[in-house]
Amino acid sequence: MATNVLLQMKNIHKTFPGVYALKAVDFELKAGEVHAILGENGAGKSTLIKVLGGIYAADQGEIFIEGKKVEIKNVKDAQKNGISIIHQELVLVPYMTVAENIFLGREPMKGKFVNASKMYEEAQQLIDSYGINIDAKSLVRNLTIAQQQMVEIIKAISYNSKILVMDEPTSSISEKEVKFLFETMRNLTSKGVGIIYISHRMSELAEICDRVTVMRDGSYIGTKVVKETTSDELISMMVGRELKNYYTRDFQKDGEVILKCENITDHKMVKDVSFEVKKGEIVGFAGLVGAGRSEVMKCIFGLTKEYSGDIYIEGKKVVIKSPSDAIKHGIALVPEDRKLEGLYHIQSVRFNSTIEVLSEFIKGIIVDRQKEEEITQKYIDMMSTKTPSMEQAIGKLSGGNQQKVMIGRWLATSPKILILDEPTRGVDVGAKSEIYAIMNALAKSGMSIIMISSEMPELINMSDRIYVMCEGRITGCLTHEETTQEKIMKLAAK
Amino acid sequence: MERVANKNRKNRGTLLLNGIAQWLKDNLGIIIALVVLCLILSLNPITKNTFLTLKNIFNVLRQISTNLFLACGMTMVIILGGIDLSVGSIIALSGCLAAGAVVRYNLPLGVALFIGVLLGLVFGIFNGFVISKTTIPPFIVTLATMNIAKGLAYVYTGGSPVRVVTKEWQFLGAGYIGSVPTPVILLIVVLVVTALIMNKTKMGRYIYAVGGNSQAAVFSGIKVSRVKFFVYAYSGVMAGLAGIVLASRMYSGQPTAGEGAEMDAIAAVVVGGTSMAGGYGKIGGTLIGGLIIGVLNNGLNLLNVNSFWQYVIKGAVILLAVFIDYIRQENKDKIRVEKK
Repeated sequence: MATNVLLQMKNIHKTFPGVYALKAVDFELKAGEVHAILGENGAGKSTLIKVLGGIYAADQGEIFIEGKKVEIKNVKDAQKNGISIIHQELVLVPYMTVAENIFLGREPMKGKFVNASKMYEEAQQLIDSYGINIDAKSLVRNLTIAQQQMVEIIKAISYNSKILVMDEPTSSISEKEVKFLFETMRNLTSKGVGIIYISHRMSELAEICDRVTVMRDGSYIGTKVVKETTSDELISMMVGRELKNYYTRDFQKDGEVILKCENITDHKMVKDVSFEVKKGEIVGFAGLVGAGRSEVMKCIFGLTKEYSGDIYIEGKKVVIKSPSDAIKHGIALVPEDRKLEGLYHIQSVRFNSTIEVLSEFIKGIIVDRQKEEEITQKYIDMMSTKTPSMEQAIGKLSGGNQQKVMIGRWLATSPKILILDEPTRGVDVGAKSEIYAIMNALAKSGMSIIMISSEMPELINMSDRIYVMCEGRITGCLTHEETTQEKIMKLAAK
Repeated sequence: MERVANKNRKNRGTLLLNGIAQWLKDNLGIIIALVVLCLILSLNPITKNTFLTLKNIFNVLRQISTNLFLACGMTMVIILGGIDLSVGSIIALSGCLAAGAVVRYNLPLGVALFIGVLLGLVFGIFNGFVISKTTIPPFIVTLATMNIAKGLAYVYTGGSPVRVVTKEWQFLGAGYIGSVPTPVILLIVVLVVTALIMNKTKMGRYIYAVGGNSQAAVFSGIKVSRVKFFVYAYSGVMAGLAGIVLASRMYSGQPTAGEGAEMDAIAAVVVGGTSMAGGYGKIGGTLIGGLIIGVLNNGLNLLNVNSFWQYVIKGAVILLAVFIDYIRQENKDKIRVEKK
């Protein structure tokens, strides 16, 4: 690891009306290191990054780059100082080619026209130099998410950045792609680039990061060398207290079979999938992204209409051709992509909480507002959702609280079978632990839960049994006692 | 028991007051615009004796009623994230068919009017069917039906108005119930029905849900195509109704009637604060939007402004109203971002 300091942020303060977002935050990045910033949602990570990237101006504090004091007032300043930020949401233009995206706004010119051949040549050279297998001429929309991320990174690097900020780059890519991303990152650090890495996934820290800085409530808590710390220590730094029983789970055995699926095939991705779920069980579904786990659930929930196979609920064969069929049979699905598939962003927590159970308080044109508020409050309390009021627009809540409303929405339907697709994605540590506790309580009360997750620790610690999928098929089923990360990986990559 | 009932009644009372307060707050910008417009017209020496008379006010309301019928349907359509360009042409066709039913086939008035509304419903159902069953954009679908309806109106009439001279015919558009013009009564009914659908029924919630995030609505088990179907059918019925009211007011079904009416309706909806992106909007805002456009039209006429210039002024006012709203939203968003 090189030792010269690339970036120093000293005593950074930032306030917004009514909120002290950053209080005397210090941060240091060395050349050639990957430095993680950890913290719950609202801890100030994003604000700090935005100050660095010139999106916000700090109220107070200094920034040094390679020892020289710099002023970063806007995005241009940041670029000039060799800072590139890869945001969580990808910002590529889908209907342009890879090369066009990389050189967007600074295309190589020949007189008044874009020199296309030179652009493609240079782009391809850049791509090849990182050993990435992407054609510079392909349209961005035809790439996988991981490939798009690579293009983002290459675009960022092509500005000759010395400092690269990555905001949750692995939240939407599979393990295999993560490996590749990490390789690319190592490749970069070996060339002296410093990388600031923001992630909620503790398990990635040990693999890729050298040091980690923890923030909480806008304050700097401390910086640790990753090799010399434990995830327990980091978690307690993040939440400010010893987080005992991070996973709550009373394992269950031998209930009656509630859901039985036989030979589910959707003629695209899902091939001959059979499984069963017992009363009060939490059944995990493991696999790489693209293994077909969500697609199986889409069949069972009636979102996919053209599928074959049989579904039995409590021993009776049922026909499910639409989500409303599924809801009628007591199935609920909290989808993977909260933003796209779950939230009505500009609507209130109340609207979002009760959309599945309108019949309980709307009869014709008579709305029982009191009943509606009771239902909303019940699930705010049950999920301990933090919201200023039930009229708050849900889009303004943190990811964890949004997810709690989503789960509450479906609990309101009193389902027998609750399907949770990536229930803790984009959810901070504290809220995660609360969601686990609620899942445990629900299972104990007799609800059956199916959990799809890409996070090994939560699968292993929460599931009574884990089905592993690979390329559309179930490749194995592991009981809680026999599950190990290695066994899952082996089955997932079969 | 009695105390509970009392409490409920009280709640309902305060709820209503809260609702009105909220409505004023939500629409503050455009309400001010409307009041300013009215003040100018009632203080201006040229118009002060004519504008604030009951006769003129009823006149304005009568004129805007057809636009607001359309705008009621259009509000739903736009909240749903769509657009309905066909309503203007449906006005023409439904008016012509209804007039033709009376003059050419000697059908009873009730049947003729029913035919007019039914025609609107048929077109609405067709729009709804194509839009909900395919992914063809509503803009294209309704652009096509706009032309079809307009063409059929010309084919049916041969290009000249179908005149109706009976007194009963005029009742709907030009008549009075008591001392209130019939279309104003109709307008109140339509506004109340639309507001009830949007605020009090499951369908209303579904419209906001589908417009806000149609993908999420699918995951919610909402039958999205049924919602779309309903909304476009409703918009069609509103256009059919506007058609017969206008034909009645003009003593004839005219193939040129309602030209550009879809744009006036869209303007009323957008000035009223409904988001073209879908998911957000209120019928109360549309009412004010329609009033602003109506008062403006009336004022410009009273002031004897050249009719060519009227278009320019109208366009500028629409832009200004939407711009004020845009600034307000921007400020709101800014506060939202900074609070994070």
